[in-house]
Amino acid sequence: METLILVIIGLVGAPLAGGLLAGLDRRVTAWFQSRQGPPIMQAFYDVAKLFGKEKMVVNQWQILCAWVYLVAAAASVALFFAQGDLLLVIFVQAIGAVFLVMGALSTKSPYAQVGAQRELIQVLAYEPILVLVFVGFYMVTGSFSIEAIWAQETPLLAKMPLLYLALGYALTIKLRKSPFDFSTSHHGHQELVKGVLTEYSGPYLGLIEIAHWYETILVLGLCALFWHTNVAWMALLLAATYMLEILVDNTMARMTWRWMIKRVWLLGMGMSVVNLIWLYAG
Amino acid sequence: MFGSFIKKSRAKSPWIMHFDCGSCNGCDIEVLACLTPLYDVERFGVVNVGNPKHADVLLVTGTVNHRNKKVLKNIYDQMPEPKAVIAIGACGNTGGVFREAYNVVGGVDKVIPVDVYVPGCPAKPEAIIDGVVAGLAKFAQKVEEAK
Ligand code: SF4
Repeated sequence: METLILVIIGLVGAPLAGGLLAGLDRRVTAWFQSRQGPPIMQAFYDVAKLFGKEKMVVNQWQILCAWVYLVAAAASVALFFAQGDLLLVIFVQAIGAVFLVMGALSTKSPYAQVGAQRELIQVLAYEPILVLVFVGFYMVTGSFSIEAIWAQETPLLAKMPLLYLALGYALTIKLRKSPFDFSTSHHGHQELVKGVLTEYSGPYLGLIEIAHWYETILVLGLCALFWHTNVAWMALLLAATYMLEILVDNTMARMTWRWMIKRVWLLGMGMSVVNLIWLYAG
Repeated sequence: MFGSFIKKSRAKSPWIMHFDCGSCNGCDIEVLACLTPLYDVERFGVVNVGNPKHADVLLVTGTVNHRNKKVLKNIYDQMPEPKAVIAIGACGNTGGVFREAYNVVGGVDKVIPVDVYVPGCPAKPEAIIDGVVAGLAKFAQKVEEAK
């Protein structure tokens, strides 16, 4: 029963929190640029407007792909809130990511094609990091389930600080922030127009936006697991991490995919492996 | 309830797309000036998108000529309804000083329907913002009538 309530909280609360966070993000970004910025509710206005637009698709595949992406993102958040298995969560999430790419690949637009390939490279960059972080959880708790983490007495951050830093890379990629925002950026008039999202429009773009909110909450949820013992510290950790993300987004230019692979694999995976060896030895 | 929220949201989230039909660049930099911290149109939810499929409002600057009229029409057709078109500057409205050139078709309204005309050479950022707001009111009305 308790699990069911948690799942419902996750399914309803995650997109609301994700949308508010997106609005807040734009506000803070505007503040960095000494502008006023849009209202906090802006993300909800955007999506509501998208749902009111004409349904235009290039082919039927896109409709399926947008829905699968949304359902997979929602399902992974539901599993996360149900205290399920972390590996299952990440596999369900990966299905969504793959369908997003497939939707883009099903069209002929060169922008969408290039965007899809870049998105695949991004998935290739962050998935191993996530798996290594889960391996870290396993080494500390002896299980892949989230329940086992809650049973821990001390915050995990003390035991896996380097893995947390590596997770920061995954978060930057997942939030589509500079310098890793090369498959689809917030400013779609540059370079690739909008990458994977080029051929999506109207309500289907709205679905993808909601799925993106779910994913944001999922990755932030993973970050939250690092300080599960105290809610105040957990909130502080999340706030600090997200602020840092926005700061990085505003101070960095977009880089190439080669640069990203090098950084994320060498530095991110390097840090993870060092942390894992430390856990193993300690 | 959701329907009225959608209706309200339309005016609160205009994503603009800017197409330059061979302007002298005067009007273009004024359009982009609207996005700078001084005018900060993002306050009103305006996002400058580069993709007609995501856009609600099309801002057209410069004179339409025989070569780019097909491109203009194509971009217009790719935008999902409801949409609004705003012609900016003397060139966009009528062809401006170039209207008698042999390759010039004239104003934007010779090719696609225009909702709002923003005068000026170049049009002032304030006038452009005004134009976008007037355009939104127009397309809200259009949606109302279509129902
Ligand atoms: S209206 Fe004036 S400023 Fe604008 S494009 Fe034409 S000539 Fe240039």
